[in-house]
Amino acid sequence: MTKREGTTAFPEPKRVEEPSELLRELVAHLRQNRTQLREEWVVRITETRLLTAMTKEEIFAEATSIYDSYVEALETEAFEALQAYARNLSERIIPRGVETHEVVGIVLLLRDVLARSLFEKYQTDFKKLNRILDAYEPAANRIANTVAVGFVQERERVIRQQQEAIRELSTPVLQVRERLLILPIIGVIDPQRARQLTEQLLRGIRTNRAKVIVIDITGVAAMDLTVANNLVQTVEASRLLGATVIVTGLSPEIAQTLVTIGVDLGKMNTVGDLQGGIEQAERLLGYKVEKLAEPR
Amino acid sequence: MEVPILKQGAVLIATFQAALSDADLNQLRMGLVQQVVKFRSRAVIVDVTAMDVMDSFASRTLREITHMIRLRGAETVIVGIQPEVAFAMVQLGLTLEGVATALDLEEGLAYLNEKFKSTN
Repeated sequence: MTKREGTTAFPEPKRVEEPSELLRELVAHLRQNRTQLREEWVVRITETRLLTAMTKEEIFAEATSIYDSYVEALETEAFEALQAYARNLSERIIPRGVETHEVVGIVLLLRDVLARSLFEKYQTDFKKLNRILDAYEPAANRIANTVAVGFVQERERVIRQQQEAIRELSTPVLQVRERLLILPIIGVIDPQRARQLTEQLLRGIRTNRAKVIVIDITGVAAMDLTVANNLVQTVEASRLLGATVIVTGLSPEIAQTLVTIGVDLGKMNTVGDLQGGIEQAERLLGYKVEKLAEPR
Repeated sequence: MEVPILKQGAVLIATFQAALSDADLNQLRMGLVQQVVKFRSRAVIVDVTAMDVMDSFASRTLREITHMIRLRGAETVIVGIQPEVAFAMVQLGLTLEGVATALDLEEGLAYLNEKFKSTN
């Protein structure tokens, strides 16, 4: 007889289970004890004060579907489904103010709850427990990772969307008279914002049937070559839509920049300040403004 | 591809279609000038509303049409350039310099009216 340590009365099985068999076994166990384990998990979530932004019913509903998706992911190793689920989940709960640490937290709690359950089941067979954990741990960790990454990616997408909205809002295209638009630009213009401004303006010309546009850059401190060229292009593109552009409020610094980099100022109609620009625009449009009385 | 050319008094209105080949554009160039001669038109409006791209050949053809028609003493106005097309054009440096432009047909006719009034 061969020497063995810690032998039992009967010989060890000659065959060691395949990892996939082990996985199937533990998945079956997790399914069988679904109700109980899920309940335990929800209790832990509440104890650790996670998901405080959601009601008990909402937590329970989400817990149910996360539990089932989790077990399914363990079983089929189809992480695409879990990824899609993670993104979906994020879309639903981000607007409710759930934080990243909460999402990671609850997934790790689930991992722990299920692991404890496995400890309990296989406590008499230490070697089997180890094999089960060998199958469970990598899969569980991948799931935690996938959900966390999916959540973060979704948040980043929302932030980008919001930034885009802020950019659009911060540069309104205003109609002040029939056929006359004003575009007051304030702050820093990077090439991306410049491009977005141009697109907004061209659409505005079309919608409002504008004939004259006053672009006021009093609020712009500095301009680089790319943005200066973009300004020229905006003027040219506006002309193609039948509109004249008057640029007002060039600071001495910007005037210097434009001259230095050789922008063809013949292509640009410039006036000192916004008031002058509007007055010229009105003249171009055939308006005459007359003072009829003193202000009261 | 046939480009419809309508007569509105002393003005000819040519409506470009979406996908004009280089051959079409060449034909148009000659065709339009011939029509100006035949009808003794004072102006041509080229409506490019349906064009969703404008390449350098089309752009050059429009400039050439304008110059040829000017030699017959008539005015050309290009109307209906779409915002996206205008943006793409200026990025490629196609500015249609020396060619009158207007937002649409209505604006084009208004522009011509002004011009005729002042020259009469």
